[in-house]
Amino acid sequence: MTQPVIETENLSKEYPYGFLHLKKKTSLEGLNLQVEQGEVFGFLGPNGAGKSTTIKLLMRLIFPTSGTARILGKSIEDVSMHQDVGYLPEQPYFYDYLTAAEVLDYFARFHKLTAADRRARVEKMLKKVGLETAKKIQLRKYSKGMLQRVGMAQAILHDPEVVVLDEPMSGLDPMGRREVRDIILELKKEGRTVLFSTHILSDAETLCDRVGVIVGGKLRGVGAPGEIVAIKAQGMEILFEFAGEAKSLLLLSSATKSGESYRVQVAEENVYAALDQLKAANARILSVAQIKPTLEEFFMNLVAADRAQANAVEVSGK
Amino acid sequence: MRNVWTVATNAFREAVRDRVLYNLVFFALLMIGASILVGQISIGIEETVIVSLGLTATSVIGLMIAIFIGVGLVSKEMDKRTLYALLAKPVERWQFLIGKFIGLVMTLAVNTVVMAAGLYAALWVVKHPLVRNDAYVLVAVYLILLKLAIIVALAMLFSCLTTPFLAILFTFGIYVAGVFAQDLRTVQAVNLSEGAMRLMRGISYLLPNFENFNVMGAVAHGEPVAWALVWQATLYALLYCATVLAAGAAVFSRRDLK
Amino acid sequence: MKRRAITGIVLCAFLAMGLTGVWRLQKKIDGQREAMSLERQDVLLWPGSVVKKLSLEYAPLAGAIYWTRAVQYYGESHRLSQGKLELLWPLLDVATTLDPHLLVAYRFGSTFLSAPFPTGAGQPDLAIKLLERGINENPDYWRFYQDMGNVYYFDMKDYLKASQAFAEGSKNPHAFIWMKVMAAKIAAEGQSLETSYFLWRDVYQTTTDKTVKENAERHLKIVKAQMDLRELDRLADEFEKQKKQRPTRLGDLLQAGMINVMPVDPEGFAYVFGPGGSAQVNSKSPLAKEKEFQKK
Repeated sequence: MTQPVIETENLSKEYPYGFLHLKKKTSLEGLNLQVEQGEVFGFLGPNGAGKSTTIKLLMRLIFPTSGTARILGKSIEDVSMHQDVGYLPEQPYFYDYLTAAEVLDYFARFHKLTAADRRARVEKMLKKVGLETAKKIQLRKYSKGMLQRVGMAQAILHDPEVVVLDEPMSGLDPMGRREVRDIILELKKEGRTVLFSTHILSDAETLCDRVGVIVGGKLRGVGAPGEIVAIKAQGMEILFEFAGEAKSLLLLSSATKSGESYRVQVAEENVYAALDQLKAANARILSVAQIKPTLEEFFMNLVAADRAQANAVEVSGK
Repeated sequence: MRNVWTVATNAFREAVRDRVLYNLVFFALLMIGASILVGQISIGIEETVIVSLGLTATSVIGLMIAIFIGVGLVSKEMDKRTLYALLAKPVERWQFLIGKFIGLVMTLAVNTVVMAAGLYAALWVVKHPLVRNDAYVLVAVYLILLKLAIIVALAMLFSCLTTPFLAILFTFGIYVAGVFAQDLRTVQAVNLSEGAMRLMRGISYLLPNFENFNVMGAVAHGEPVAWALVWQATLYALLYCATVLAAGAAVFSRRDLK
Repeated sequence: MKRRAITGIVLCAFLAMGLTGVWRLQKKIDGQREAMSLERQDVLLWPGSVVKKLSLEYAPLAGAIYWTRAVQYYGESHRLSQGKLELLWPLLDVATTLDPHLLVAYRFGSTFLSAPFPTGAGQPDLAIKLLERGINENPDYWRFYQDMGNVYYFDMKDYLKASQAFAEGSKNPHAFIWMKVMAAKIAAEGQSLETSYFLWRDVYQTTTDKTVKENAERHLKIVKAQMDLRELDRLADEFEKQKKQRPTRLGDLLQAGMINVMPVDPEGFAYVFGPGGSAQVNSKSPLAKEKEFQKK
C-alpha cells in the first residue's frame, strides 16, 4: 500500500485567549487523516469547524499545539516540501499594485524554474484561467472572481503533485464555480491529489472521491459522499397545480402553497393513491421526487448533538 | 539567497509604485528649494542653512518613510493576507524578512540620493563653484542612510511583536531615546543612586546611538568628517541591524498568522 | 444647468467676501500687535539647553532659525524704535548654544550687544561672554580676539584687557600682523583716535554684513571728524600764538595761510569755531547729533 500523500497524526490546535491568555479555545482536536494519492478529498464542515485551521496547519501558516503531519512523506516542518504543493488561500488577496502577470512571475520565482520556463508557464496559466486579456491590469482593479482565478493560477503554476484549496468556490458566480470544478476535475485527470475545503455540499457530492466531515474541531466521519449520509428516503414529495374548489381535493389540507403551486409529502407506499386523487381532481402534476436527508441536516444534527453534550457536561459538573 | 533577492526586488517595486513616496520626496525637494530664500532674510548663513535644511529634510522624510513603511512591510502583508500564498511557497520566513528589509533600504538609498542631488543643486545656485569640502555633504547623507537602516530594522522587529500603531509608537520612542543615548551615558543626576546610574549607562549602550551618525554641525560649516568615524559607524550599523533582524526573524518564525 | 451656474456664482462670491474679510481683519490685528511692545510678543524663548534637547538631531538648523530671528528682531526693533533690545542676548545665546560654530552670530552679536543704545543693547559684558564662548568652541578663529579687543577698547574703555585680547589673537599664525602692533600701541597709549580709526577701518573693510558695515562707516566718520577737530584746534592754538587772539571763523585760518581749502566734515558740512574758541562740528551736520559732539 502506498504511503498517503497527506497524513496527520493527532494534529491539534489550541488558541489561548482571555485575560492573561489563561483560557484556551480548542479549534482542532486530535485530527487523524489520510489522503491517498490521486484522489479528490473534500473537507466538509460548517463555518468555524476547523477546516481552515487544518489547512493552515498543513501549510505551516500556524503551528500545531501537538501532533504531526506529513505531505509527500516530508514533515510539514520541511520548507522544501512546498516545492510540490500548491495552495489557494481562502478569499485570496494579492499585491494590488502588481499586474496578474507580475504576481504570477513573482510567486514562480520561488520555485526552481528557468527564466524561459517561468515565462512560458505564466502565459499558460493566464490562458488557462481566462485572464490573458487582463494580464497587464493592476490587481487593484480586479473583481473578486478574477482574484480567485489568479489565486488558482499561482497554486498550480509549478505543476504541484498536491493541490490544497481553501474554500475555492466562495464568492464565485455559477460560471466561476463551474470553471473551478472543471479545473479540479482536470487536475484529477492529470493524476494529482486535491484537497479542498467547502461548506457547499453539492460541490462535495459531485467532485469528491472521499469526504471528511469535521464539526466542532473533531473529525466525525470519512468516506465516500454517499456513505456518510444514510440514504433513508423519507417518502415522496409531489408538486402540483390546482385551480378548482378547495373541498373537492382532500390532499389540500396537508399541502403547503408555494406561489401558484402546492407541495404535499406522502409516504412512499401512498404515492399512487395520492396521484389518483390528484388525477381525479384534474390537478396538474409538476413533479414527484424522493425526499432525501441532506448533508445539511446531518450537520445540524451533529452541531445540535455537540451542544447538547456540552450542556450535559456543564450540568453534570465534569 | 535567491529568495531573499526576489523578495527584496518586489519590496522595492512596491515602494516605487507607491505614490505617497513621490509626494514625500517632492516635499523634501520643495523645502530645499525654499532654503535658498532663507538667505535673504538672514545674515551670513546661505550655505549653512541650505546644508542644514537639506540634511534635516532628508533625515526627517527618511525617518517617516522608515518608520511608517517599515512597520507596514510585515503588518500590511499579515493584515491583507498576501502573506498566505507567499509562505506556502518554498521560502523560509527569515528570507522573507531580510528580503523586505533590503528592499526598503534600497528604496531609502534612492530617495536620499535624489534629495542629496537637490541639495547640491541648491548649493550650486547660491555658491558656485563648489569646493572640495562640499563633498562631505555626501558623507553626511550616507550616515543618515545608515541611521535609517537601523530604524527600519527596529520597525520591522516591533511590527512582528505588536499591532502596527504600537509598533510605530515604539519605534519612534526608540528613535528619540537613541538620539539622547549619548547624553544618558554621561548623566549626572543628584537624586539617583549609583546603581541606577549604572543601569542608565548600561541601557545607553543597548540603545542605538544615533549621535554616531550626526555630522550636520560639521558639514554645515564646511568642515571635514574623519574617515575613521565613517567606517566605524558603518560597522556599528551593520552589527546593530543584524542583531535586531535576527531577533525579528526568531519572533516571526514562530508566530501564528491570523 | 442654470441652478449649477447660480450655485457656482454664489459660492465664488462667498469665497471672495470671506477672504476679503479675513484680509481686512488681519490688517487690524497686525496693527494691534504693532502697538504692543515688541518685547511682550510671544517669542517662544526657552533656555538654550532646553531648545537643544527639543531639536533632537537638528540643532544646527534650529540654530540657524534662532539666528535669523535675532537678525529680524534687531531690524524690527530699529524700525519701530521700540524697546531696549533686551531680547538680543537671549536669542543669540540660544542660537550659539544650538550651533556653536555659527561664527557670524558671535561677530554680529558682539558688535550690537556692546554698542550703546540706540545702536545696540549696551551690554558689553554680555558681548564678552558671547565671544568667550565663541573662542572656546572655535579656538582657531582669531577674529574673535579682534572683536573682543574692540569691545574692551570702544565700549568698556578697558585698555589693558583690550591690549591683552589683541596680543592673544596675534598668536594665531593666520592673524594679521597689525594685531600685534595694535596690542603694543594700546598698551602704551590707551585710547587714541588713530587706533580707533584703524580698528574701525579694518571692520569696515573685512565685514561681509551690511549692517555691521554701515555701523563701522558711521564710526569712521565720527573719528575722522574728531581728528579734524583736533587738527583745527591745534591750528587755532598756533593762530592764537601768532595773532594773540582765537580765530572766530574758519576763514581766519584761511586768510592766515594756515589752511589751503575750507575743511568740511565727512558729511560735507563746514566746521565752525564755537564760542569757547574751540573747533566744532557744524550744527546743521548730521554728525552733530552724535554723542561725541554733544555739548557737555
